[in-house]
Amino acid sequence: MIVPLVFLPLLAAIVAGLGNRAIGNVAAKVITTGCLFASCALAWPIFLGFLSGSDTAHVVKVLSFISSGDLQVDWALRVDTLTAVMLVVVTSVSSLVHLYSWGYMSEDPSQPRFFAYLSLFTFAMLMLVTSDNLIQMFFGWEGVGLASYLLIGFWYEKPSAQAAAIKAFVVNRVGDFGFSLGIFGTFLVFGTVSIPAILAASPGMAGASIGFLGGRVDVMTLLCLLLFVGAMGKSAQLGLHVWLPDAMEGPTPVSALIHAATMVTAGVFMVCRLSPMFEVSPTALTVVTYVGAATALFAATVGTVQTDIKRVIAYSTCSQLGYMFFAAGVGAYNTAMFHLFTHAFFKALLFLGAGSVIHAMHHEQDMRFYGGLRKSIPLTFWAMMAGTLAITGVGIEEVFGFAGFYSKDAIIEAAYARGTTAGGIAYFVGISAALLTSFYSWRLVYLTFFGEPRWAASEHIQHAMHDAHGHGHDDHGAHHDAPDEGAGAEPHAHDPGAEHVAHGTAGYHPHESPIVMLIPLIVLSIGAIFAGFVFAPAFIGEGAEAFWQGSLHLNEHLIHAMHGIPELAKLMPSIVMILGLLIATWAYMLDRSIPGRFVSTFGGLYKFLLNKWYFDELYDLIFVRPAFALGRLLWKRGDQGTIDRFGPNGAAALVQMTSVASRKLQSGYVYTYALVMLLGLAAAATWAMAI
Amino acid sequence: MIGLQHYLTVSAILFVTGVFGIFLNRKNLIIILMAIELILLSVNINLVAFSAFLHDLVGQVFAMFVLTVAAGEAAIGLAILVIYFRGRGTISVDDVNRMKG
Repeated sequence: MIVPLVFLPLLAAIVAGLGNRAIGNVAAKVITTGCLFASCALAWPIFLGFLSGSDTAHVVKVLSFISSGDLQVDWALRVDTLTAVMLVVVTSVSSLVHLYSWGYMSEDPSQPRFFAYLSLFTFAMLMLVTSDNLIQMFFGWEGVGLASYLLIGFWYEKPSAQAAAIKAFVVNRVGDFGFSLGIFGTFLVFGTVSIPAILAASPGMAGASIGFLGGRVDVMTLLCLLLFVGAMGKSAQLGLHVWLPDAMEGPTPVSALIHAATMVTAGVFMVCRLSPMFEVSPTALTVVTYVGAATALFAATVGTVQTDIKRVIAYSTCSQLGYMFFAAGVGAYNTAMFHLFTHAFFKALLFLGAGSVIHAMHHEQDMRFYGGLRKSIPLTFWAMMAGTLAITGVGIEEVFGFAGFYSKDAIIEAAYARGTTAGGIAYFVGISAALLTSFYSWRLVYLTFFGEPRWAASEHIQHAMHDAHGHGHDDHGAHHDAPDEGAGAEPHAHDPGAEHVAHGTAGYHPHESPIVMLIPLIVLSIGAIFAGFVFAPAFIGEGAEAFWQGSLHLNEHLIHAMHGIPELAKLMPSIVMILGLLIATWAYMLDRSIPGRFVSTFGGLYKFLLNKWYFDELYDLIFVRPAFALGRLLWKRGDQGTIDRFGPNGAAALVQMTSVASRKLQSGYVYTYALVMLLGLAAAATWAMAI
Repeated sequence: MIGLQHYLTVSAILFVTGVFGIFLNRKNLIIILMAIELILLSVNINLVAFSAFLHDLVGQVFAMFVLTVAAGEAAIGLAILVIYFRGRGTISVDDVNRMKG
């Protein structure tokens, strides 16, 4: 059952990818989507089997991969609870995104290519989550990286998309370098790459040291940190996060599938899969906690001032991944996985909802040009509301809560219950980030769906209105200069040209998305609303041990400690959630001059956040420009100036010079030849006589 | 008394005249042919002189051969020259440079 589950998407990718134009749009869509839904239908029984406890972990060997001395690697599909959770997440979101893309990409000229990439991604992700050894995991890891690259750069005619794709690829190389070093080190230390064998041997390695960069370091700490560098790259943690916001250049369904729900959570999955290994090294866990907490806070602060709807959600993703990492860092791996699970639903929902808004607004992505969309696209609005309620963690203890209420609050509680310094810091960071999360999520909702329409100033809308058919969809490259004002400051208030148009709509009527786009929204809304409530007992509650079956390290005492934390600490996430809601309501509904005033008062802070803490500029200065300078030096001085000059070009020039000179000797006059002959003869005779 | 040196001196003068006739001559090809004849004759004088000096007839026999070859050479050279003149309308040495690289 697991074999067709994993390989159906590959089959679909091959058929749609190689068939491409030959089989046409409809066939490609039907084949890929059909295969994905089949995979999804196969995945849920597996998950439910583990949920009910009727299924046990097993490994299905497919093929032998590498057999060289001690290195034995198989293509094997491991099925345990951890995998089952990922299987349902990946196949469900992927199949829904496939369906959604029918509508979203309906006007794209190269749809088979798009669907082939999506299916290829799904296959690679499934290989990653079912891997039984680190090599196969690395295969999946690189496979999803490749698919991500291809899909970010899907609109390759757009220079910004190409740049974003390359950036994602290069930044991921940094992480993958750490990951591959980690794999090599693991093989060196344990003599195997099989995950169960490594995990079994890990506790015995506690305290062992290894020579590294000329010093002795703790071997488990080193391995865990190297592997964690890989996780940081893939999961966009602080330092290696720079590619994720830029990855929003890709089509929105891609952002939902790859850059929110599945691929970016691969790092969290990897840490959870190797959790017994991380447990051996408290140092590594502390690092994981700090990195996760720093990311959660950093991304949330940046998310509060972004104006591009997809970028807000992208930073939100980054922040939520930070939550998952510090959950893993404090030892609450099951809680991290639970948040991964619920996050996949509500974040995919938010992205697909944003895609639906963008679709309705003719590819306008700037929230300053939205407003008042509640009535025009009601279903999208309610779906986004479900997502927002889920991410902000709305709920009442013991009664009912949206997905995030269970998972995110559990993470914050786990950080508190851990009792260490790192846990304490993570708790406060988690609370602060929760406040910011609530603020930017409601800001997004208010700017998009409430208030007066501000569409008139949007060039996309103007373009759509000027176009007789009203189809500006293939104009993905068009970009306007958005007014550089405070977040949420209404542009039309300062734009006299827009005043005379009634209500700022420019006469444009947004249309609700087609049914194929609404179905995924409805299904994911159900997930966002009920996933927490239904699955919390199994993932993080009393049934956790029976559910996880040892597929990740379960800190029993942490689960118990989470029940014993003070009421106030437990209530804090809900309090800050309401606080964030109130601030957002006040600033974006009641008194709309506040954002503008805030910007003029704290201009420096605003600029700092708007420029994402100047990470891109910093990296540009530290890495990109020196790399370019070095490249130029080696190119101009090294290659052209030395190797070419004295190598091929030098030899060619020498031959040319010699031939030009010798050509002059060939005068064609007989007497010259006679003279030369005579001189030669005389010289030869002299030489002969001299001897 | 005229000795070997005198013959050799005459021979050398003839040879040098012939050589210079070849590459100082800018006029026409016939002069080159004549210069070649001079060189061959200077060689002949050498051969005959040494033959007499060494009392060896081989040198004189050789001189006869050289005369024959010189006659043949002159015949062929003149023939080429005539053909060449028919083709190009000139036998001026400065115009004969088709081997120029």
